[in-house]
Amino acid sequence: MDNNSLSVEEILESKRLLKRKKRMLLAFTMPLLIFVFITFISPIATMLYRSVYHPTVSQLIPLSLAELSTWDEAGDQLPNSQALKQFAIELQGLSKERLSGKLAEEVNRLKPGSSSLIKSSARKLKKKSLEELQQSGDTLLLGYSKKWQDINLWRAVKRSGQAFTDSYYLTTFDLKRNPAGEIEQRDTQIYLKLYWKSLKIALIITCLTALLAYPLAYYLANAPSKIANRLMVLVLLPFWTSLLVRTTSWIAILQTNGVVNSTLQALGLIDEPFEMLYTQFATIIAMTHILLPFMILPLYSVMKNIDPSYFRAALSLGARPVPAFIKIYLPMTIPGVSAGALLVFIISIGYYITPAIVGGTEGQMISNIIAFHMQSSNNWELAAALGSLLLALIIALYWVYDRFVGVNNIKLG
Amino acid sequence: MKRLLPVLALASVCSIANADQLTAVSFGGAYGAAQQKHMLDPFMKETGHKILFENYSGGIAEIKAQVESGNILWDVIDVEVIDLERACSEGLLEVIDHDSLPPGDDGVPAAEDFSEAALANECGVGNIVWTVLYAYNNDTIKGGQPSSIADFFDTKTYPGKRALRKRPQVNLEWALIADGVPKEQVYEVLETDEGQARAFAKLATIADDIVWFDSWSQAPQLLNDGGAVMVQSANGRIFDAIQSEGKPFEMVWDAHLYDLDVWAIVKGTKKKDLAMEFIRFATSSKPLSGMPEVAYGPTRNSSYAYVDKAVIPKLPSSHLDKGVKASGEFWADYGESLGEKFNEWLLK
Repeated sequence: MDNNSLSVEEILESKRLLKRKKRMLLAFTMPLLIFVFITFISPIATMLYRSVYHPTVSQLIPLSLAELSTWDEAGDQLPNSQALKQFAIELQGLSKERLSGKLAEEVNRLKPGSSSLIKSSARKLKKKSLEELQQSGDTLLLGYSKKWQDINLWRAVKRSGQAFTDSYYLTTFDLKRNPAGEIEQRDTQIYLKLYWKSLKIALIITCLTALLAYPLAYYLANAPSKIANRLMVLVLLPFWTSLLVRTTSWIAILQTNGVVNSTLQALGLIDEPFEMLYTQFATIIAMTHILLPFMILPLYSVMKNIDPSYFRAALSLGARPVPAFIKIYLPMTIPGVSAGALLVFIISIGYYITPAIVGGTEGQMISNIIAFHMQSSNNWELAAALGSLLLALIIALYWVYDRFVGVNNIKLG
Repeated sequence: MKRLLPVLALASVCSIANADQLTAVSFGGAYGAAQQKHMLDPFMKETGHKILFENYSGGIAEIKAQVESGNILWDVIDVEVIDLERACSEGLLEVIDHDSLPPGDDGVPAAEDFSEAALANECGVGNIVWTVLYAYNNDTIKGGQPSSIADFFDTKTYPGKRALRKRPQVNLEWALIADGVPKEQVYEVLETDEGQARAFAKLATIADDIVWFDSWSQAPQLLNDGGAVMVQSANGRIFDAIQSEGKPFEMVWDAHLYDLDVWAIVKGTKKKDLAMEFIRFATSSKPLSGMPEVAYGPTRNSSYAYVDKAVIPKLPSSHLDKGVKASGEFWADYGESLGEKFNEWLLK
């Protein structure tokens, strides 16, 4: 054994130390891992689950659904009287527990207009005795309103009782199931268009930020540090300003009597003010402004580390400036461009506040509809499905990006 | 022990604060200020309890989230009747004992003193009658003075932008009325596919001239800064802008959609009794009589004794003949499906 190699004990000791070091590092990252799990992974998992699992109705009227399971919903017959009686009994129970509104909301989602029917029938059933319902619950129910004789209503009741459902995902693709269970187009076509539009807006913003940020970052990286630092403050200052302030200041700039219009009018360049606020244009320009630092900073950090002598060498070897730039300088900045583009694109596709404030209806993005279903229509399941699809879309884009550009090429700083 | 003392002191302070503290939620703006002045402040002064006052923009999503997660942050809440129906039947609100409401200051029992609609729902006690109307700006309007809902849709005679709140409610009703549907039949027609198509078609005739907004606070602002020559608005916001800021706005009462706001209690709150005590106080004759300050009508007859006679013609209750009662039932049925169609229509 020569003196340079380690003894067995020493190897074991060093392995033990390495292990301990690894465990220490893991312990240090543990808080973050737990934090990420609690605040990120588990909510997303719940959201994914919520978009397919929806047991509300199956918990509200389990016995009626059991009766309905034998009913042929594709036919033209109403469910049998036993099922109707059972439904009347359970509806009465719900009414007493003040839960009929929940059932009404769920069924109404599949058959608009049935909410008040279910609630008013539930109120009337409340006063009946159980024996009465067991004997003639079906005739009572059908007597309350003609609408109970609508087979589509019962189809809606049965379908809303499925605990696991693909209907929310179908909706996100503007599809639905017809009474026979086949998938067909919905009457309202809205979500695919919105996804497409959001993608388009995000792409435009990414291109714009890249076009604006590239020359600026180049200048910053090559200017004397005194000037560069001052200019950097100009980049960072808006970045540190509240998002809401920056967005609302765009209202002041773009509105009918805003800065731009009144200046142009005062100069006599236009007679009628331009319509800029509450349009897609407003969304794009405001978001480009807000996301610009996310493009400038990675670009700057990459450009800062590029040795200017490469470019000079190319020039001195006889390349003309443009080819030299394209062949030598540009490829070296790709990690920065791609990092910035990915950041800006992913942030902008799910952007919510700016389109909501300055975008009007034309500048709406998919996130605004998700918020609508969370806040106004209370259709959290659909919001979850829409959100899941957005997540899937971003992951897919990331994958495509990785295939063609390579994630290893990203350089954030 | 030395270390423990401050902790104990802090804990006891917290528990005292918790015991007497109520969180009330309403819509803010001039209305919120009036509620603070006439309902919350006198209540706090009289009982020594503290009330935190928060704003929200309507809808039942937040209440639903609180009740379903069991984490109740709000105790008392000011709800529009359009949302009340749904929130109550979904079990998001406590049932209120209407018999425990105090009689009016003139001795009339609560059941007779309140307007019928005010106590129609078991989960709420009517607070104000308010309405959605449209207003125009005398300085910017061209082509004369609009007076009917049809004028709102007449962009030839009255050129310029119109601002509407971005949701199907009210807009579809107005479109149908402007298209010639009698006020009484609006909801009947709007239930049918043809009626809905007709309403959207009418809205489409002015689509290029509509500015959409989200919150009522934007309405007077749009009218003021020239963003629109006519705006849809809750009547109190316009009234307040005229009254306290002297704006040259004019209200048009034709086909206004009136509705009630009620006080309700969020289901599962630990302070139900205190919340009820507050509602009893807030909906008694005197506090309610402060609401006309922002042109919202009190729901109690006995309150009118305290109201400045000059304000009465400005209240929605003085124009009920020209108005339509907003249907909570209809919107519980069709709110979601029409909301979707509305969004689709906007995207076209």
